[in-house]
Amino acid sequence: MKIAIASGKGGTGKTTIAVNLAALVSREFPDVNVVLADLDVEEPNSGLFLDGQIVHSEVITRYVPRWENSKCTHCGKCSEHCKFNAILRLPEQILVSPELCHSCFACMDLCPENALIPIRRKIGTLVHRKTGEIDLVEGRIEIGEPSAVPLIKKTKEYLERAFHGSSLFILDCPPGNSCPVMESVREVDYVILVAEPTPFGFHDMKIAIETLEVLQLDFGVVINKSGTGDHQIREYCMNNKVRVLGSIKNKKSIAERISKGELLITGFPAVQRALNTIYLAVSNRLHVT
Amino acid sequence: MKEIVVISGKGGTGKTSIAAAFSQIEGSGMLVADCDVDAANMHVLLEETICQSIDFYSGYHASIDAGKCIQCSKCRAVCHFGAISESFQVDKMTCEGCGYCSFVCPQQAITLHEAYSGQVFLSRTRFDSMLVHARLEIAGENSGKLVTEVKDRARELASAFDCDLILYDGSPGIGCPVIASLTRASIIVMVTEPSVSGYNDMVRLYKLITRFHIPCAIILNKSDLNESHRKKIVRFSVVNEIPILGEIPYDPLFTEALMQRKTILEVSQNGISGSVNTIWNRLKSMII
Repeated sequence: MKIAIASGKGGTGKTTIAVNLAALVSREFPDVNVVLADLDVEEPNSGLFLDGQIVHSEVITRYVPRWENSKCTHCGKCSEHCKFNAILRLPEQILVSPELCHSCFACMDLCPENALIPIRRKIGTLVHRKTGEIDLVEGRIEIGEPSAVPLIKKTKEYLERAFHGSSLFILDCPPGNSCPVMESVREVDYVILVAEPTPFGFHDMKIAIETLEVLQLDFGVVINKSGTGDHQIREYCMNNKVRVLGSIKNKKSIAERISKGELLITGFPAVQRALNTIYLAVSNRLHVT
Repeated sequence: MKEIVVISGKGGTGKTSIAAAFSQIEGSGMLVADCDVDAANMHVLLEETICQSIDFYSGYHASIDAGKCIQCSKCRAVCHFGAISESFQVDKMTCEGCGYCSFVCPQQAITLHEAYSGQVFLSRTRFDSMLVHARLEIAGENSGKLVTEVKDRARELASAFDCDLILYDGSPGIGCPVIASLTRASIIVMVTEPSVSGYNDMVRLYKLITRFHIPCAIILNKSDLNESHRKKIVRFSVVNEIPILGEIPYDPLFTEALMQRKTILEVSQNGISGSVNTIWNRLKSMII
């Protein structure tokens, strides 16, 4: 069972829900093998709440071309073909901008002289930690690398390789509605959309719902930092037949606990109850317990 | 022209609330541009009148003409993104628009067409300033290019109307939209909060910023949330010689103001609006 934790707006509490849900399920349902994957590779924070022993780590790379001056005849086919402006043909040389390259391989395959050689470029790291009974897999992008998508893809491939399909996969997704989010929620069984009841949160939730509907994904909403203003989200969800899975109150004491990098599954019984309800609602929905 | 970029690494630290307050102080003298094209929020608070909307196209998508296709599979063999299905349909979400498939197709059955990626809006706020914002198409690509488009439009408008100050509200993260929003800035302001995540994300963001050789400053929001992390941020600012423009304590008024779709200055008569004003004056004095 793969559950993505997503939100349109940043800072609504995706990571909070993801780490606490993982910790709670692991504590209350010992039979479930919980795998938490941090796909917010630009700013991965799940690991701040769950430390543990590293069981595996690897450097993640993708292929980009390297220009071999000695073989090049300056025919310009490579730069003509590149749709990403990653190859510039200058009078005396071919200039490759690896950060613009999408690794489509067209230039390298089409060069008649084999003057563009694929080389590996580091785009990030993947770390798999074992923390108690939870497996935490984190992708972390190299600073300055513009596209998170290839790293998210590779992190998800690792999940397929390393774990049994019967595990509960909780995917902590990046914020927003663009390509990194699309890649993160691809082929998940369910999306928990974390929304906050401010006009910003509401506005971005509506965009996120539109996106999930286009992708035809099953989803429900968790209202985080709930309090005044909930009615807007509640009414919207009712009118549009969107399921609200649960709410977590807006409290400074919760924000303080989170700021320390500590979990909410002790000392906050209401949060615990809410997470429990959310988990049961989702697993019932997917006919798994 | 001076350009201020407000950014945070972590989401939800209060970027937009603070930027909106700056916009209120400066009024028509400063153009505001929302570079968070995934989840633009500035217009929600500044209640804009949209004067013009412009369609934005960026990149390509391939499509296969079933009438011409002989199902030779050459396209599928070269596509590194797995975007072409066994029934020779192109998945728009996975297609990166590289055009390799159309190049190898012996039947010329594959054409590339420009991808609709969203809209840019030129607007006026209720504080009488110009506002440029955008909406990325659902599942849209090239958010970095849309940010660049927003910035180009903002500069164009600003110079046309003789406005020499632009404030950009950035997006969370450190990826392509953020990189696009940092270029050519006069100063970068990091809005952070004293929490493990806030600190961690600020440090990663700062590593990115140092590549641009642009002056930078910090606003410490929710400053009384966690004293030990507050000290860590202060220490970081001293070690890296980044001025802290000011601190704003955790205050439910921020949320209350949002609920009423007002800026923090419109609901607070107390210390917060004073701090925000002081921070804005310090920030301006750094660039003017």
